[in-house]
Amino acid sequence: MGLTLSEKIISQHCEREVKAGEIVIADVDLCYVQDGTGPLTIGQIEKMGIEKVHNPKKTILFLDHASPSPRFELSNDHKMLRKFADRTGAILSEIGGGISHHVSLESYAIPGDVIIGADSHTCTNGALGAFATGMGSTDVAVAFAFGKTWMRVPETFRIVVNGKFQKGVHSKDLILNLIGKISSRGATYKALEFTGEAIENMDIAARATVANMAVEAGAKVGLFPSDEKTRLFLEKMGRGDNFRKIASDPDALFEKTIEIDASSLKPTIACPHLVDNIKTIEEIGDVRVDEVFIGTSCNGRIEDLREAAKILKGNKVHHGTRLIITPASKRTYLEAIRDGTLNTFVEAGGVITGPGCGGCVGVHEGVLADGDVCLATQPRNFKGRMGNPNAFIYLGSPALAAATAIKGKITDPREFL
Amino acid sequence: MIMKGRAWKFEDNISTDLIAPGRFFHLRSNLPELAKHVMEDARTGFSNMISKGDFIVAGENFGLGSSREHAPTIIKMSGINAVLAKSFARIFYRNSINVGLPAIICDTSAIDEGDELEIDMVKGFVIDKIKNLKLAFPPFPSLMNKILTEGGLVAYIKKYGMLKA
Repeated sequence: MGLTLSEKIISQHCEREVKAGEIVIADVDLCYVQDGTGPLTIGQIEKMGIEKVHNPKKTILFLDHASPSPRFELSNDHKMLRKFADRTGAILSEIGGGISHHVSLESYAIPGDVIIGADSHTCTNGALGAFATGMGSTDVAVAFAFGKTWMRVPETFRIVVNGKFQKGVHSKDLILNLIGKISSRGATYKALEFTGEAIENMDIAARATVANMAVEAGAKVGLFPSDEKTRLFLEKMGRGDNFRKIASDPDALFEKTIEIDASSLKPTIACPHLVDNIKTIEEIGDVRVDEVFIGTSCNGRIEDLREAAKILKGNKVHHGTRLIITPASKRTYLEAIRDGTLNTFVEAGGVITGPGCGGCVGVHEGVLADGDVCLATQPRNFKGRMGNPNAFIYLGSPALAAATAIKGKITDPREFL
Repeated sequence: MIMKGRAWKFEDNISTDLIAPGRFFHLRSNLPELAKHVMEDARTGFSNMISKGDFIVAGENFGLGSSREHAPTIIKMSGINAVLAKSFARIFYRNSINVGLPAIICDTSAIDEGDELEIDMVKGFVIDKIKNLKLAFPPFPSLMNKILTEGGLVAYIKKYGMLKA
């Protein structure tokens, strides 16, 4: 019997062939924390009496959540993380560098890697075929210190997506649809492995949106086999030599197969306060929106910004609605400056923030008022997510977000295409 | 080890945003202060209602969302001895064990708010004294059990020096 992608990657990291259900201790290739989870990681490393990190070149501290810091307490946390990087030689990704998961795709993640991050959306790296999963601060402290982690080899749901996306329908609509279908706990502890014609046609940005939200179905990872698209992406990032071909075996054992026809998908929205509370654009009705937020590890990439700008070009943000755009990384920011994307946003009436996680964290850059309704491209809409439990968050694609900003209510992007 | 306490009942899908709200992000390096806001967006004033040794009893998918270990940490700091749920989100479950907070998977349907519970961690059952009910739960895998017995992953590493299969 062959191996799934998860079984294959984990086997390569514990020097024996392992199968779903086993608990193993595996080598970790890359580990990282962010400014919300890193201070606790450092505290735990100190409590363990450990002074060095196992592999400083593959250990990263990202200042992306409160970037730049809006409060002195968080400034002190940043200071602590900077000092730790200085002392151990670990890599520091400064404020303005961008969101951990996106910077990892650009510069660090390699197909076939095991990646552990103290952030639930670490699974974004699955877009490149890396076994990447989120853990807590203490688990990552152990990975920092020893270059190892323990894990249960997950069973795999194979998600087969065939057909072509309709115009105005994106990978965000696909993953929201899947989560609506299987629920926010439908894949708890499992791996998702994506395959099929529509998947092969997706670029890495589109795959990253899907991989990012695997955790919103409870999954441990959202994996894509590496292919020509992966190779081209790595080449564009100046690290083509990192490419490796990796896929599951044809006779691998999957717990379940779910088939989706991409051509049947419509613009899809997650409604407050759960990601699996899904409606299509036809079902959503009249929803007036106070704030539109485009960004995050889910949909803050240059491809996402261009998609939104295409719709916003020559239009104005609706009176009474505000539009905030947060590029995923410094590279994204520079590309969006060069190609005029940011111009389009500002001319339309949008506000651009520096690269980072932005308003999704709930501390700055677009905190919602009581009763506010927000349409965001972020991966999560839990009560209180954007800093106010008395607000309402809807999730959709960048195209849908742009159309919504123009009309001031949740709007089908196809009206503008 | 037998734990005794009162049940506080919560619904399905209690996210880490409800347990440790993002608006208190700046308190993450000040855990005693953050703990005053535990479960605040699921139940206002919760930290003042708890007596030491009480239990949180919930439905499906407890702890979904972010990787913030602060969530189980402040639950434990506030005096809660264990969380019982029909199911847990993966990262929260791991984090709970790592911080030494038992996360017990059992059918919580019959337990009501205020019920007196007894939990036997070794034999693996929960007794609801009010309902006269005995609920079994599966034993933790050996590595997790060791981590939990030591009081968390930091204590485990200090004792064993490394992860051991």
